[in-house]
Order: sequence, then C-alpha cells, then structure tokens
Amino acid sequence: MTDIPAPISARKPKSRREMFFDSDLWWSFRKSKPAIGAAIVLLLVILAAILAPVLSPQNPYDLASLELWNAELPPVWMEGGQMPFILGTDVQGRDILSGILYGTRISIFIGIASVIVSLVIGVLAGLTAGFYGGWVDNVLMRLGDVLLSIPIILVAILVTSVAQAILPPQLREAGISIVLVMAIALYSWVQYARVVRAQAMVERRKEYVQASRLVGTPARRLMLNHILPNTLTPVFVAATLNFGLAILIEATLSFLGVGMPPNQPSLGTLIRVGNQYLFSGSWWIVLFPSIQLCILVVAVNMLGDWLRDALNPKLR
Amino acid sequence: MLAFLIKRSANAVFVMLSVSFIAFMIFRFVGDPVDLMLNEQATQAQRDELRIRLGLDEPFIMQFGTFVSNAAQGDFGISFRNQQDVLGMISERFPATFELVIVATIISLVVGIPLGVITAIRRQTWYAEAMQFVSIIGVSLPSFVVGIGLILIFSVWLGWLPAFGRGETVQLGWWSTGLLTHSGRMSIILPALSLSLFQITLVMRLVRAEMLEVLRSDFIKFARARGIPARAIHFRHALRNCLMPVVTMTAMQIGGLIAFALVTETVFQWPGMGLLFIQAVTFVDVPIMAAYLCIVALIFVLLNTIVDITYAMIDPRLRGAEK
Repeated sequence: MTDIPAPISARKPKSRREMFFDSDLWWSFRKSKPAIGAAIVLLLVILAAILAPVLSPQNPYDLASLELWNAELPPVWMEGGQMPFILGTDVQGRDILSGILYGTRISIFIGIASVIVSLVIGVLAGLTAGFYGGWVDNVLMRLGDVLLSIPIILVAILVTSVAQAILPPQLREAGISIVLVMAIALYSWVQYARVVRAQAMVERRKEYVQASRLVGTPARRLMLNHILPNTLTPVFVAATLNFGLAILIEATLSFLGVGMPPNQPSLGTLIRVGNQYLFSGSWWIVLFPSIQLCILVVAVNMLGDWLRDALNPKLR
Repeated sequence: MLAFLIKRSANAVFVMLSVSFIAFMIFRFVGDPVDLMLNEQATQAQRDELRIRLGLDEPFIMQFGTFVSNAAQGDFGISFRNQQDVLGMISERFPATFELVIVATIISLVVGIPLGVITAIRRQTWYAEAMQFVSIIGVSLPSFVVGIGLILIFSVWLGWLPAFGRGETVQLGWWSTGLLTHSGRMSIILPALSLSLFQITLVMRLVRAEMLEVLRSDFIKFARARGIPARAIHFRHALRNCLMPVVTMTAMQIGGLIAFALVTETVFQWPGMGLLFIQAVTFVDVPIMAAYLCIVALIFVLLNTIVDITYAMIDPRLRGAEK
C-alpha cells in the first residue's frame, strides 16, 4: 500500500494557456490556411472598426467637418482625387473611408448583439424544452417550426417596419438598432434551441445527471451547470455562422430602407445611399462599402466553415 | 399513408393559421384602422358607425375568424394608399416575380449541375479546389451587392444590358410576359443572374457531395470494370442517381426565392410583388403587407408539403418517420 501512483490531480496542472495551445482545435487551426487568412483579415477589420475615431481622417457624424466643395471627389489615385480622402467622398463631402470604418462598427455591433440575444433565448428555450419535455417542449418547438416556415427576410422586414411604425418618434432613432437586433434574434434563436434541445435530451438520461438529481440538485443548477456545458460545441459553431448571417440580414434590411437610418449609417445604409449615384458616375460611393461588407462576411463564414469541420468528431 | 397525408396537411394548415394570425396582429399593432381611415374632424358617431361596419366591435377571436375566412376567399381588403383591391394589385405583379424566379432556377441548374459534376470527378485538380473555394465566397456574398456589382459592370461600364425595369411585355390573357420580346429578355438577364448566384453554389455543392457518394458505390465500379467510357459513367449513370435530392431542393427553394426576390427586385427596380411589398412597407400600407406575407407563406408551405408527400409516396420508409 506504499507505492500508489500519484493521483492525477497531483500532477503539475496545465494552465489554461497551455491547454489551449495543446488542443486539437489550435492544431487544426494552424494546419488550415484559409482559417488563418480569414482570422487575420477579420482581426484587421475589427481592429480598424474599433480604432475608427483614431484612424479615420474625418468624423462622418460631425456635420461641421463636412465641406461641400469636397463633394464627390474620386479616390486619390484617380484624376481629381485629393488627400486625405483616400477612397473619395460622397455627395455631402463625407470621406468614404471614414464612413466605412464607422459603418463597420455599427454592423459588427449589431451582429454581436443579435448573436448574444438569440444565444441566450435559444439556449434557455432549448434547455427547458429538452430537460422537461412534454407540453413545454411541444409549445416551444412548434413556435420555432412556424417561425422557420416563413422566409427569414420577411420576418425581419415585418418586425422592423411594424416596430418603427408603433415606436414614438423621439424613440425611433435610438430604438432602431435595438429593434433590428430583436428582429434578427427572433429568427435565429430557433437554431440554437434545436441544437441544445437535442443534446439536452441525450444528456438528461445519462448517469451523471441522474446521480446529481438523486443528491437533490435543483433543476436550474442541473440544467446550467451540468447539461449546458456539454451542449456548447455545436452552439459555438452555430454562433459563428450566425454572426455572418446577422451582419448580412442587417445589411440587407438597411439596404432596403427599413434598417439603420442615414444619420447613423451601417454598411448596408452606405450602400443604399451610394446606389443612388451609381449612374451619375460616382461609382466609388457604392463600391467600397460593398467590398468591405463582402470581406467582413466572407471572413466570418470561412472561419465558421473551418470551425464546423474542426469541431466535428466525425471528420477527425 | 393516409395517416401521413392527414398529419402533414394538418401541419400545413397549422402553419398557415399562425401566419395569418401574425398578419392579423400587424393590423392591430400598427394602430386603430378607424384612425387611419377617417380624418381627425370625424365625429364620434361617424367613428362608431365605421367601427361597426368594419366589424371592429366584435370580440377579438371573431375578428380573426372573419379575417381568415376573407383571406381564404382571396379578399384582403383595399390598399390604404391607393384604394385598390389588394389581391388584384398583387396578382398583377405576380407574373414578373414568377418569371424572374423560374429563369433564375433554370440558370442555377444549368450552371450548377455541370460545375458540381466537374468538381466531384476532378477532385484533386487545382481548378476543382479553386471552385470549391469560390463557392464559399458565393454563399457569403450579399445578394444586393452582387446585383449592384452586375449593374456596375454590365450596365454602367460596359453598357451591354439594361439595369432596371422589365422591358416591353406582351399580354397573354391575364399573364404579362417579358420573355417574348427582345428588350424583355435582355432585361431579365442581370436580375436572374444575381438571384441565381446563391442557388448555383447550393446546387453545385449538393451535386458534388452526392456524386462523391455515388462514385464510391459498387455499380459504378462494375460499370468501370465493364469498360463503359468515363463520360457515360459520370454523366449518365452516376449523375442520374444524384438528381433526386437536387430536384427536391430546387422545388423547396422556389418558395424561398420568391420571397428573397424582393431584394433583387429592389436593386433592379423589377416590377414584381416584392417591389410592391417594399413600397408598401415604406408607406405602412398594412393590407398589402399582410396579403403579401400570407401569399408568399402559402406558396412556401404548399411547395414543402407537396415535396414531402411525393417523397413519402416514393419512399415508404419516410411515412413512419414523422417526428
């Protein structure tokens, strides 16, 4: 009884950092060129958006800094282009690059916010449905079925336009971003709920949950501390892909004119405004925000694609 | 089979009832219709009279019942904005949307299927890899950006194709078609292309995945052993076995395309139902919004139900598999 091997817990514990760099995920990331490229691009885009007030030559919200004689200047490499307006200006003399940096900020903010809101709603709904089953499950999942059987873009348009119509005018400008977040979340929570529910139904029958139940753990703790951590992998993948989708939907709504208003423009609003000058020869007003939007969404989707494959145990 | 049919139809009816409930709720959310229809000088008596005439004094559930039974008979009321019959306005615009969607679907099949086959049978080559990579980008590109890009290149810079409108149309009974005139055909190219891009990548990825599976099966090995030429194996024997899921997906996607066409229609000012809807949204013209929602959802649900039922007829295993 003297030479018992040291228990696992007595070995030198790995720090979180070491665990991360030892993981399969990090290994698979280093092996995937598209993933690295997408991550670098996304990081740059996000950094530029955060640093927008420092980087951009002009504050596009400050009407005093706009000069009309700077209106519709082409990009600097073309004849008539002027510094500091690297990508040219729009019809009000607003610097396109500054507009894009600030617009990306709004797009990313709405994307993140709607992912968080839908994640919280979806995970809670999925956990409750999967854990309790019965009529709760039926009601929640039926609600989800109905939402998914209407085309997503219609739901989002209807919700935002109705909300805009009933909001009092003084709240309309401040409230519109919240309404957009809600409209996008309203649709995408279903996906998380389905994933979590399926996993929760499997987990709740396992012995560790039964054992924990026997000890008298309350249902809320069972769900949040024991079942939830085991459902997170697919949720994480869904969240990344949904982030791209949320940015796309927001851009589409703003382009259609039911999203962000022109005085707090997202990328979609910039494209909508620029689209009016497509035929007057000022193509740069619409082209550069479009390119930025594409770069952003493609980078997010490529990361999501890689993450889905990397976390899929069947593909290892 | 009968049980499956009933279950599936009941499901469809349930979804449609929920959709019409949402449509009905829009009316109530947006405000009192009496306020919207009468001006501010109207007396209380006039208001009460209108309220009774519109059936607004009845209980909530009765009003919803009236709304559903009217909608089922095609009566969505009149537009707030120009006092026309809503169903008439929508059905007038329907052919434009329908033609756009059909042409886009044909393009996506004609382009997507060969691309999928090529990327599957030439899996190791650089161009197949490149195409697979491009398809991720194709899925991510926002449809309206694609549309603007096409306009910029083909209309503004090259000047080859018209950028907006439908061109000249020909009236065939109540159906107006743009496909019979030269300008109509030129006008549909860009919108249909931009609507189909997403679809092309979907079809391509689906065909590729199915082909890879079929090419591994025994009957293909046997065909190879018999010495059948590779082209015949790939395009006749293997492809034929991949088409079923492609057909299903295409049929199911048509409903989604009709809804999504509203973005394309806005970019190209295409005079379809979607453009009508977007215009109605800017003016909060609720009857049109509600009717459009119900009609698009109906097409969507009908297509999905029909596809499910046909599938169950072909493959008896699915009949019991209803969740």
